[in-house]
Amino acid sequence: MITTVALTKRYGRVTAVDTVDLDVREGDRYGLLGPNGSGKTTLVRMLLGLVFATSGRIEVLGRPVPRRVHEVLPQVGALVEGPAGYPHLSGRTNLRIFDAAGPGGSRRTRRRRVDEALDRVGLGGIDRRPLKAYSLGMRQRLGLAGALLRTPRLLVLDEPTNGLDPRGMREIRDLLAELNAAGTTVFLSSHLLAEVEQLGNRIGVMDRGRLVVQEELATLRAPTGRVLVRSPDAARAAALLDGRVEARDGDALTVRHDDPAGLNALLVGEGLRVAEISAQRRSLEQIVLAATTTSADRIEAVP
Amino acid sequence: MIRVELVKLLRRPRTWVAVALLCALPVLVAAFVAVRHLAPAPGRGPAFMSAVLNNGSLYPAAAMAMVVPIFLPIAVAVLAGDAVAGEATGGTLRYLLARPVGRTRLLVAKLVALTVFVLLALAAVVGTSYVAGVLLLGTQPPAALGEPGGVTSLSGPPLTSTQLTLRVLGTVAFITVSMLGVAAIALFLSTLTDSALGAAFGALAVLVTSDVLLTLDAASAVQPYLPTRYWLAWVDFFRDPIFWRDIEHGLLLQACYLGLLLGAAWANFMTRDVTS
Repeated sequence: MITTVALTKRYGRVTAVDTVDLDVREGDRYGLLGPNGSGKTTLVRMLLGLVFATSGRIEVLGRPVPRRVHEVLPQVGALVEGPAGYPHLSGRTNLRIFDAAGPGGSRRTRRRRVDEALDRVGLGGIDRRPLKAYSLGMRQRLGLAGALLRTPRLLVLDEPTNGLDPRGMREIRDLLAELNAAGTTVFLSSHLLAEVEQLGNRIGVMDRGRLVVQEELATLRAPTGRVLVRSPDAARAAALLDGRVEARDGDALTVRHDDPAGLNALLVGEGLRVAEISAQRRSLEQIVLAATTTSADRIEAVP
Repeated sequence: MIRVELVKLLRRPRTWVAVALLCALPVLVAAFVAVRHLAPAPGRGPAFMSAVLNNGSLYPAAAMAMVVPIFLPIAVAVLAGDAVAGEATGGTLRYLLARPVGRTRLLVAKLVALTVFVLLALAAVVGTSYVAGVLLLGTQPPAALGEPGGVTSLSGPPLTSTQLTLRVLGTVAFITVSMLGVAAIALFLSTLTDSALGAAFGALAVLVTSDVLLTLDAASAVQPYLPTRYWLAWVDFFRDPIFWRDIEHGLLLQACYLGLLLGAAWANFMTRDVTS
């Protein structure tokens, strides 16, 4: 769906995107993570032909970008760095204008398509208020409706749940999952870990312009070979397991062991009480923090 | 895309405020002149003012002479400066381009919308000023001069109303081309910066500079090439016979500016990173 080879973008002396080899496959729910200023938005803009690469190659839907971007974009729905529209016009008029601006989609079906898109994002009952009276969440939904207007094969979404409340986030996540199940590939960039963790099946992590991680979420979050145990009898458990306990903090133990069920049976068989037991998995936060260095928006004083 | 741009132009309150203001100035002047019946001496004040006192049908020409030097170019510069920079600031540029709208198509649509604005404004000015002229200043009773009605041209011989209409249309066409020259400057700057205000200001700075140099004898070498040099050449449409030289020079000069600046705007926009 999206392939980039050694994609690089320099602004003067700043390298915003540095030799990125992105690989988004058909049907993916790809989450691109990274601190602020790590190059996510520049990368997204290059995929859409808004920003021209310094070097490297981009292919979207099997066609080279930006050379044949006009063939690609009609099948792509995009939300780039927040929604935008004409503030003095209503949301519906805004969508009609954007729909009419580009190729494809006849004028006869426009009203229906706009209404359907608004329905999907939960704005079906929107009135004639101008866009400037919309809340941030409403604008975000309208931006998504704009991306869905042409039932795209690929959705490229930059921070799609920005400004939404928890319920709104959940709705949008469900909507994206539903679209994905129907065959739409979703590529979303975010700095909200929970967002990506709940929606994505493949993860990319960017740090200072480089793509430092690109992997299936399931692989990244595979068990680490350790089991976390919480027991009122932690001291006895530690004595029993002896060399296999890696850490003990009060009644919590970290045990080197592949099989939580087996370990549980062993402890209970010895008459020890077990309050909690689970295989240790790395959280996405740990993965991202390990892969990235510092936020680009953090500027330390030089002593 | 052209249709979309026109819809955006016509649905924007700003467009109508600009047109209303442009129409208000000549009506205001007509009201003053009608009340005091005191026109500026020939050769002073706006062109045609001494002529219109006798016949209001020539007032549209006087009205255009009032709005062309400053008012209309400001409106055009503001609109054209906003054309690309305004979309960039509002964030809609990225969505239009991702829609996708070709960059060339976008520029062409913007230029067409600006042309329509100029025509709309001039039509409104001509219409309202004709009504204001006839109502407030009256038409000269034909019997008084013993002539078969009509308007006296600046050179003396009278013009029939057909001639007058054709010459007003010629004037509108000439002014439209001149204002497209302004639009081209502002549009080019609009592709350079994301600040609509900056682009409009830049275009106005060019026009003011040009006007100042025109009054400076020391700058006589460059004067024939200044963008505002032939702006009022359309006055020659109201001579009999029409004095074509300046009109032709004006059109040629504006064509050069248009070609150059639109080319530059296109080249810049095509290769520009849209980061707003």
